[in-house]
Amino acid sequence: MLRLELVDISKQYPAVKANDRVRLRVEPGQIHAVLGENGAGKSTLMKIIYGAVRPDEGEILWDGRPVEIRHPQEARALGIAMVFQHFSLFDTLTAAENVWLGLDKAWSLADVTRRIGEVAQAYGLDVDPLRPVHTLSVGERQRVEIVRALLTKPRLLILDEPTSVLTPQAVQALFVTLRKLAAEGCSILYISHKLDEIRALCHQCTVMRGGRVTGEVDPRQESNASLSRLMIGAEPPQLEHRQATPGAPVLTVDALTLARTGTFGADLADVSFELRAGEILGVAGVSGNGQQELMAALSGEDGRARPEAIRLFGRPIGGHSPRRRRREGLHFVPEERLGRGAVPQLSLAHNTLLTRTEAVGRLGWIDVGRAAALASDLMARYNVKAGGPGADARSLSGGNLQKFIVGREIDAAPRLLIVSQPTWGVDVGAAAQIRGALLALRDAGCAVLVVSEDLDELFEISDRLVVIARGRVSPAVAAAQATREQIGRWMSGLWNDAAASHEEARHAAA
Amino acid sequence: MLRLEARATPSKAMSLLSPLVALAITVVAGIALFALLGKDPGRGLAMFFVEPFRGAYAVSELCVKATPLMLIGLGLAVCYRANVWNIGAEGQFVLGAIAASWVAMQATPDSSHWIVVPILLAGVLGGMAWAAIVALLRDKANANEILVSLMLVYVASQLLNYLVYGDWKDPAGYNFPQTITFADATKIPRLFTGLRVNIGFIVALLSVAAFWLFQFRAYAGFQMQVGGLAPAAARYAGFSSRRALWTALLISGGMAGLAGAFEVAGPVGQLTPYVPAGYGFAAIIVAFVGRLHPVGILFSSLLMSLFYIGGELAQSRLGLPKSLTGVFQGMLLFALLASDTLIHYRVRWQPAHPSHPGGRPAA
Repeated sequence: MLRLELVDISKQYPAVKANDRVRLRVEPGQIHAVLGENGAGKSTLMKIIYGAVRPDEGEILWDGRPVEIRHPQEARALGIAMVFQHFSLFDTLTAAENVWLGLDKAWSLADVTRRIGEVAQAYGLDVDPLRPVHTLSVGERQRVEIVRALLTKPRLLILDEPTSVLTPQAVQALFVTLRKLAAEGCSILYISHKLDEIRALCHQCTVMRGGRVTGEVDPRQESNASLSRLMIGAEPPQLEHRQATPGAPVLTVDALTLARTGTFGADLADVSFELRAGEILGVAGVSGNGQQELMAALSGEDGRARPEAIRLFGRPIGGHSPRRRRREGLHFVPEERLGRGAVPQLSLAHNTLLTRTEAVGRLGWIDVGRAAALASDLMARYNVKAGGPGADARSLSGGNLQKFIVGREIDAAPRLLIVSQPTWGVDVGAAAQIRGALLALRDAGCAVLVVSEDLDELFEISDRLVVIARGRVSPAVAAAQATREQIGRWMSGLWNDAAASHEEARHAAA
Repeated sequence: MLRLEARATPSKAMSLLSPLVALAITVVAGIALFALLGKDPGRGLAMFFVEPFRGAYAVSELCVKATPLMLIGLGLAVCYRANVWNIGAEGQFVLGAIAASWVAMQATPDSSHWIVVPILLAGVLGGMAWAAIVALLRDKANANEILVSLMLVYVASQLLNYLVYGDWKDPAGYNFPQTITFADATKIPRLFTGLRVNIGFIVALLSVAAFWLFQFRAYAGFQMQVGGLAPAAARYAGFSSRRALWTALLISGGMAGLAGAFEVAGPVGQLTPYVPAGYGFAAIIVAFVGRLHPVGILFSSLLMSLFYIGGELAQSRLGLPKSLTGVFQGMLLFALLASDTLIHYRVRWQPAHPSHPGGRPAA
């Protein structure tokens, strides 16, 4: 008997038909992939299963019986647990309190705290239950969500893009966990657009495009190209990566040491690296290891650094404001698009004024027409789909807003561009476009620093790689010579020769 | 159980219409209130919405009361948009009045009419100085500006009392707590003979235009708005939050001080303990009813002025208590906040106990 069966599920939103007669069949103990681009209707479908959204038409069968899931509480009572792509945690509460709130069972907080420790231990998910959520990085928050889901001992676990913030080793560890869960009889719905992972992990794959099911295949029998054709109707555009020709040093970070500002987070300790014109330096690492602190120090949002610790073209800029750094050619694309990279309630035209001053006259008056023209120009050149230069930033999809922000900074002709998580939550087409734009910028002689948790992305576009772990930065290694295993090991902080050789000896012995 | 549920797309039209909806609700509630008080609702409403427009004198009085409300409300809107919560405009108004009075008392019968300029400047500086205390404590000691600005209102009124009961008391004033009547030269020039409306009203109208330009066309105004809407974006852009704090408080303090100067050197003509008439607090309502938009504030200040005059008329002609003014102001703000909430949320009825899932037989 099937664990879950969806029959002709449809959901119409005002502007778009998110699900159109979708069928899905999940067997007990099956790891079932749902593959599709952003906007393909995967998330809506999962929300319907989880009771957060009600379908307009169609039937849900659970263990062969028709059910109506009107509320997530009802879904949980059936044994359905979900880890959301956008986290549903309360910032001011600790991890344990958040987990506690999400449980329908009458456990004490101390019980929950203890059990989090056990589950975290058993599945290799590093979570400190007593830390407030607002101090956790994106990756750490996701781990809290996974632990929360596992605590309920689910019969169907839904995971929405779970690996985007894990090291390759942690991904492997998660796969071991998931296979173990599946062997115990738990069905898993695994939502992703990472083809390699799906082929390595899943038993069955339902592919969606534009709200419809375009294929039901066994991913182990498919190639990346065949899956990709089902998913986007074409093979993904290939990036042309020419050999870099690095020029003079642009950014020199020299023994940057910076205490954390909050109680948690990472202290930057003795961070040193160099970035040259015409190259892309990738910064790999699991989030929460000092990336945020390093970005704030480099962008100028945190001006506490020793002036000489950060040098731009040899000139110390450690204490300069973001505006002054921008005038000197340093532009930055932050990880958070809404609220930091753009003001949600303001128009795209006004959002150009955050980092661009072309439309600001000598006396400090804004030329509204010019700002709108700049926004229109960016929209056209970077393929941003929006209502127009007057559209609020919050009305754009994540991918379109990211294209707008990246475009805004690239168009400023920077000499150093720092980008944090350039394609987080962006669909495949937009991601390829953004990566292409970064490579073009590099070829034009700009120095580019990319911080990303997506190793595939870093290997795809970087010329050299460094790894950040516990506030320290590894030596640089040419991307062509680096292996995923080596970078993965470095992500745990093991790049000193002694530590590395020790590790290798251990591996050899095993 | 009633539940508020966020709307996907708040209606733009409704956010412009909501002050009118709020006004309509206030009128309906007003009718009920008059009926309960045993008065003819028609006459009661006429006191508030018809009588204040009858004749040049009545319209002039409307403008006299709207002037301080408009000036203060414009300044407060800049503050609130920058997420700086100055609720002590009343205190800044008083300090403006005190500073302006000091200059006015220096005037002699031969002083030129141009002394009005230093009087008004003194008012601005007095208001700014009082607001600067708030900014300083917020900036250096991270003290909550809501509390500090409110507390300073009471300090300001004690300072006013100290002066008019003490050193500044008119020796020929039969021991009344008030200063001398200022020299004629200090009088703010009136627009028409026989009507009390003076150039303050023109200054307020020009301020509407100036604040519109500042808020929507000046880079400095844009920076402050970003700081209020998204502090992380302001940090990212490199806009100084300290500068925004100081600018917001100095502008709103200066505007409140200017209003105080126009009041003592205009309709009042001397400094008395009754100069603070609550304009500083009423202007908070004016700012919000006007959607923190200069043009909106132009209309909302006239509306609030209507309530002031209507309340006085209801008192003198219908024998109703004067506190009716406050009731009307409060109802308007309440109705506005309620309509605003309903723009962003819808009310959903939900059964209190969701039935148990799973165990339910198939439908």
